[in-house]
Amino acid sequence: MSEKGVQHGNPWQALQQYTNARIGIGRTGTSITMHQLLQFRLAHAHARDAVYSKLDVDGLLAGLSQFNLPVIVLHSKAEYREQYLKMPGLGRDLDTPSAELLRAYAPGADIVIIIADGLSAAAVNENAVNLLEHLMPMLVNDDFVLAPVCVVRQARVAISDDIGAALRAKISLILIGERPGLSAADSMGAYLTYGPREGLTDEARNCVSNIRQHGLAHKQAAEKLFYLVKQALNKKLSGVLLKDNDEHGYVP
Amino acid sequence: MSYRCTIKNRLYRFNSLKALLAKASPLRSGDVLAGISADIYEERVAAQIALADVPLKKFLNEAVIPYESDEVTRLIIDGHDLTAFQTVSHLTVGGLRDWLLDDDTTIDVLQSISAGIIPEMAAAVSKLMRNQDLIEVAKKCNVVTRFRNTIGLPGRFSTRLQPNHPTDDPKGIAASIIDGLLYGSGDACIGINPASDSPTTCFKLLSLINTLREQFEIPTQSCVLNHLTTTINLINSGAPVDLCFQSIGGTELVNKSFGVNLALIEEGYQAALSLQRGTIGNNVMYFETGQGSALSANAHHNADQQTCEARAYAVARKYKPLLVNTVVGFIGPEYLYDGKQIIRAALEDHFCGKLLGLPMGVDVCYTNHAEADQDDIDNLLTLLGVAGCNFIMGIPGSDDIMLNYQSTSFHDALYVRKMLGLKPAPEFEQWLIRQEIINEDGKLITNSFNRLLQSVNL
Repeated sequence: MSEKGVQHGNPWQALQQYTNARIGIGRTGTSITMHQLLQFRLAHAHARDAVYSKLDVDGLLAGLSQFNLPVIVLHSKAEYREQYLKMPGLGRDLDTPSAELLRAYAPGADIVIIIADGLSAAAVNENAVNLLEHLMPMLVNDDFVLAPVCVVRQARVAISDDIGAALRAKISLILIGERPGLSAADSMGAYLTYGPREGLTDEARNCVSNIRQHGLAHKQAAEKLFYLVKQALNKKLSGVLLKDNDEHGYVP
Repeated sequence: MSYRCTIKNRLYRFNSLKALLAKASPLRSGDVLAGISADIYEERVAAQIALADVPLKKFLNEAVIPYESDEVTRLIIDGHDLTAFQTVSHLTVGGLRDWLLDDDTTIDVLQSISAGIIPEMAAAVSKLMRNQDLIEVAKKCNVVTRFRNTIGLPGRFSTRLQPNHPTDDPKGIAASIIDGLLYGSGDACIGINPASDSPTTCFKLLSLINTLREQFEIPTQSCVLNHLTTTINLINSGAPVDLCFQSIGGTELVNKSFGVNLALIEEGYQAALSLQRGTIGNNVMYFETGQGSALSANAHHNADQQTCEARAYAVARKYKPLLVNTVVGFIGPEYLYDGKQIIRAALEDHFCGKLLGLPMGVDVCYTNHAEADQDDIDNLLTLLGVAGCNFIMGIPGSDDIMLNYQSTSFHDALYVRKMLGLKPAPEFEQWLIRQEIINEDGKLITNSFNRLLQSVNL
């Protein structure tokens, strides 16, 4: 590792303590070193694999069984990943069999919890049950009426409007894989919508993002979401008009 | 009126200039998503054959987006310079392509007709051009701007140092700035995308760059890329604002979705001008654009995304910007699906912007759900270096940890400069030499324990 001219790191490498940005990474000529190149390529591979990862439905069903709620497995109108990526609208609507399936369930609930792949099924496989282990007891203790849990493939955030409306839930809460970055391919987001119905846009929602082991911890995320759910029910709204309470102590 | 082309007894009809432009566009996912692209390969070429025969004068009489309902169209038509148009007024779109590539069409000639070209003409001709045509003509149209240094001179290649941090941590940002400067980056500007739009945070970040810049007398400019209204408020509260930033698009509706209109941009422009902080020039605006923004805001009026993009350049040129940056691969695969589409779009944007007289830079980038990787970045970066692009981004190790996408690194800029014999902006180059960061040949000085490092107190 002492090839002439190859610098593994720079004299100012100590600055790395202040940021996760790729600073002080050295060079050979004007290029990055072999080590850096391969590390970058690996991070990108993780992100790409996350985009094409699949919901582990069996694993989720097993993990969700502890909550004693019916679980419904649904699918969006996007049939496969490439179509999902090119036609975002298809991921926002339920396919016909799924819409029919929902009709078999008695409508009316305070909240429906939806688990969806989004742009990283891996994130959801990893984090959804862990988050719910903290959130579910809070909801149950507060006597919330819970709709069946919905697990949806090839879905985008707005599919929570369709599902929430079909089950006539006051609030829909969707846990969904965020677009993977190089630093994290397993980051889950949670979007809350009061009065879900077709045609809503993102300003009608509240989002808690970066939920993962090395990001926003599951317990903290659950507390933050529980707070938002109660506020939304209380004020009968969500979105830009519903603010996180800073005094509550949870900074995203 | 309708446009036609018959191929092997099959008649293709295009009911408007707008439809013709959309059908003539090289394939990209955004136009497919909008439902306006050619259905088959033959139809696309039929549209291009028909488009090649359309006289440029036609573009002045048939608006792609109605004059009455769109202030960008009014800006384009009311601002059109008939005198500058004279030289090319007899040409068709196809004729313009051949004329642009003629060796007698020099930079002086191109500059003299720039105000006579409207965005739709630029977009139209770009659709008929191959990548090498886009590169060759753009290279001829060099555009020079100034604030504290000179950007866009022939033989020069600049970078925006982009030291973003997910929580706007000042030490984290300062660390990335120092890393970038020591790699010779930052002559286009030092520009932070703040994670928060809070005025207090942005004020702090502006002060951070300002202090560093004054301490080391760096001949460059700073920018915190917040909303223009935030910048106006910051100016009023005495913040050290060099450049006024705004994302813009090519229709009144898309600008509305960005929370701006022409009057508001004018207000930001005047506010930034009034500070008179530029030492050698008065170009105070920094605009960002990108194909697909109009469609994503449902503000595209069924015009193709590249034509909408070119129209954004009409907005930009009104305010004599220092920098215009097309953030080409950021928007995602539903607009530009893969490396091929991203590269094509970047070359079109760079060409159209330059032809219209803008100091074009490109954020050579992709997201992780697009079919692209660093090899595509390398290809595009090299092509843009050849095309005389004014600037690219400089991001530590290509990895923006706040915006979560990949763009060009400090190293990438050094590669292009080395391969093509390009240098930073002259004032900045001299500063780098004085600081013993590079030598007279432009090479990085190995292991220089720079005074920048010794004096920075993190």
